[in-house]
Amino acid sequence: MSTETQKGTLFTPWNIVAGIILAAGVVVTIMRFTMGLGAVTNLSDNNPWGIWIGFDLLCGVALAAGGYTTSAACYIFGFKRFHGAVRPAILTAFLGYALVVFALNYDVGRPWRLPYPIFYQQGTTSILFEVGLCVFIYLTVLFLEYLPAALEWKRGFDKYRDILVKLTMGLTILGVILSTLHQSSLGALYLIAPSKLHPLWYTPYLPVMFFMSSMFAGMSMVIFEGTLSHKHFHHKMDDEYNLGYEDLQMAFSKAAAWIMAGYLAMKLLGLAMDNRWQFLGTGYGAWWLVEVVGFVALPCYAYAVAYRDRNLKLARFTALWTVLGIVLNRFNVSLVAFNWQLPSVDRYFPSAGEIIISLFVVTIGVIAFRFIVTRMPIFYVHPAYKDSSH
Amino acid sequence: MKRRHFLGLLGAAGVTLGSGATAKAASLGDVKGLPNAGGVLFDASRCIGCRKCEAACNQVNDLPKPAKAFDDLTVLDATRRTDAKTYTIVNKYVPDAGKPPVFRKIQCNHCMEPACASACFVAAFKKSETGAVVYDPDVCVGCRYCMVACPFNIPAYEYDKAFTPRVMKCTMCQPRLLEGKLPGCVEACPKEALVFGKRRELLNLAWDRIGGNPGRYVEHVYGEREMGGTSWLTIAPKPSFAALGMDENLGTTSAPELTSGALAAVPAVAGIWPVLLTGLYAISKRKEKIAESEKQAAVSAAIAKASADAEAKLSEELAKAEVANKRRIEVEVKKALEAAAKAGEEGEDA
Ligand code: SF4
Ligand code: SF4
Ligand code: SF4
Repeated sequence: MSTETQKGTLFTPWNIVAGIILAAGVVVTIMRFTMGLGAVTNLSDNNPWGIWIGFDLLCGVALAAGGYTTSAACYIFGFKRFHGAVRPAILTAFLGYALVVFALNYDVGRPWRLPYPIFYQQGTTSILFEVGLCVFIYLTVLFLEYLPAALEWKRGFDKYRDILVKLTMGLTILGVILSTLHQSSLGALYLIAPSKLHPLWYTPYLPVMFFMSSMFAGMSMVIFEGTLSHKHFHHKMDDEYNLGYEDLQMAFSKAAAWIMAGYLAMKLLGLAMDNRWQFLGTGYGAWWLVEVVGFVALPCYAYAVAYRDRNLKLARFTALWTVLGIVLNRFNVSLVAFNWQLPSVDRYFPSAGEIIISLFVVTIGVIAFRFIVTRMPIFYVHPAYKDSSH
Repeated sequence: MKRRHFLGLLGAAGVTLGSGATAKAASLGDVKGLPNAGGVLFDASRCIGCRKCEAACNQVNDLPKPAKAFDDLTVLDATRRTDAKTYTIVNKYVPDAGKPPVFRKIQCNHCMEPACASACFVAAFKKSETGAVVYDPDVCVGCRYCMVACPFNIPAYEYDKAFTPRVMKCTMCQPRLLEGKLPGCVEACPKEALVFGKRRELLNLAWDRIGGNPGRYVEHVYGEREMGGTSWLTIAPKPSFAALGMDENLGTTSAPELTSGALAAVPAVAGIWPVLLTGLYAISKRKEKIAESEKQAAVSAAIAKASADAEAKLSEELAKAEVANKRRIEVEVKKALEAAAKAGEEGEDA
């Protein structure tokens, strides 16, 4: 897969697939911005939000939560041995958020007005306003957190790099605040539509649920992404990274297991307090059980076992499992359980164009990640900065 | 088990509930300021499904001509909703098979506390003095959260426009109201199924009709309280509103109230987290410090032990050399002292 080193093999399977996706993405992009949303999406008056919100925004933000969880663990909770994992997590988060914002340009009708709610006229009663503001500021924070790596790559900016490194603690705290706010706000977006979201998913706890699940989503992504990176960028990694890395996977398995257990308890509590047990007997109830038992309870248990037995393989497998569970949850809230009372002919299913753009965005993310980690000190400490605390 | 659980949970982290109350009060204030706002009462028992209101709406709002003419009543055989080219439509329902159908006109209900306005992050929607909920296309970003939020599925979008897509919905004929005219549909209705007036008076009229025709109407004015109340009210013949495709379970909680808890948590989170996190940081720093000083204590203990051992050895030697001559004693003492000094140095190095 790693093509840089094998000269003359430009036509690897990965490159061919990526090339096709990029080409298709460009075509759909041109269609979208010349012919309007209707030409490439299956969105309708009943289904104003499709996978560009359900996947690109909701999943994108949840899975980029590794940035704040890892840097908080390292800098605030003092798990210094995870230091090596911070840069990859920050980079993943930064790219994740940048792509979320990039993808939003496709979804909104007049993307050039995206700064309006922040700089021109503020709809402060809107949860979406809060989401927008936090994502905007957090993207800036992540950029500043990532910047030292770029400045170490192109030498000669030590002054700026050192200033940024000094800001690490402040930026980390700011990052945690902003993440708490917008991760939960994404759930709160749906609080306004109790009549549209199925009662098994609609609960006043939605904001807390989204926040809690973002934590284990982020940790799982760190484990998952670390595993993948190990396969493909092993030659880039130094001892500090490698030493801390397995430790981190174990620690995050344990933490994720605990948070998932709490999340599970909240799911059941919501059900009991609103007395919604009767819905469990329906088709939606079965689907809810698939999500909650199959993609929360079981992986929670698997994480706990993986931690107890120090079973790295199981932890990595569970990470992927949990990531899929998060995607399933966000899809359920935004697409499957949303508009559940509409007749099936009026329900939404994504168009080819929408799927292509979502793949396009993910592909750009992977390419950008590869570009950066093969050039900048992400998996290793730059020799010139060995003694620096960052 | 309704609102503000989010806040309640954060309350566990030491947050007061005060900010939630203010957020709610502020949003309710908007409504109290409009006691004389207008509205429309729709009486489904009077509607004959002639589509004259649809035609009038199309005309007064300069909307594109429809595919089928307005006097073509076969359109009524399918259930429709409003769209970007149609602010209002009439649907046909048959609550009791074999009995005559009932018709319902659908358009924006001009909520007292509109979900669309509460949801919009550029404040493109406003509840105006007239009672109309109006939209400003000059600021709209096109995020379509208003469409997600509206409990009545009213706002529609111009999905086919690449550069100037707008959210489209009934304006209650705001331009005409400001000129002192009636809404187009109200004026066109041949059966007076639509009545324009002040909301309060319309409510009285609605309840008079329900009370004056025992057994005819559902005993409920739809929109009196739904989602915090609407300016456009509906009364309908028995058996139910549900038979006319209307959601009877919307509840009376207004849209701003549904989200005020989560919004009120914002200052709480922003206030509490820095304190909490700095505290945690301090604890982890302190842990490091304690570990550091424990290490140092261990080192000095080792040194102390080493010199104590040396002293013990010295006195032992002294006892042994009790009878020996002074010179030998002196030599031994010197030796022992040297050994002790050396041991001390080693201890320090450790
Ligand atoms: S009916 Fe819908 S569009 Fe009309 S004011 Fe109420 S929330 Fe807004
Ligand atoms: S689509 Fe326009 S009017 Fe609707 S919420 Fe978004 S910005 Fe506001
Ligand atoms: S009030 Fe005006 S805009 Fe609304 S349905 Fe009637 S004619 Fe159309």
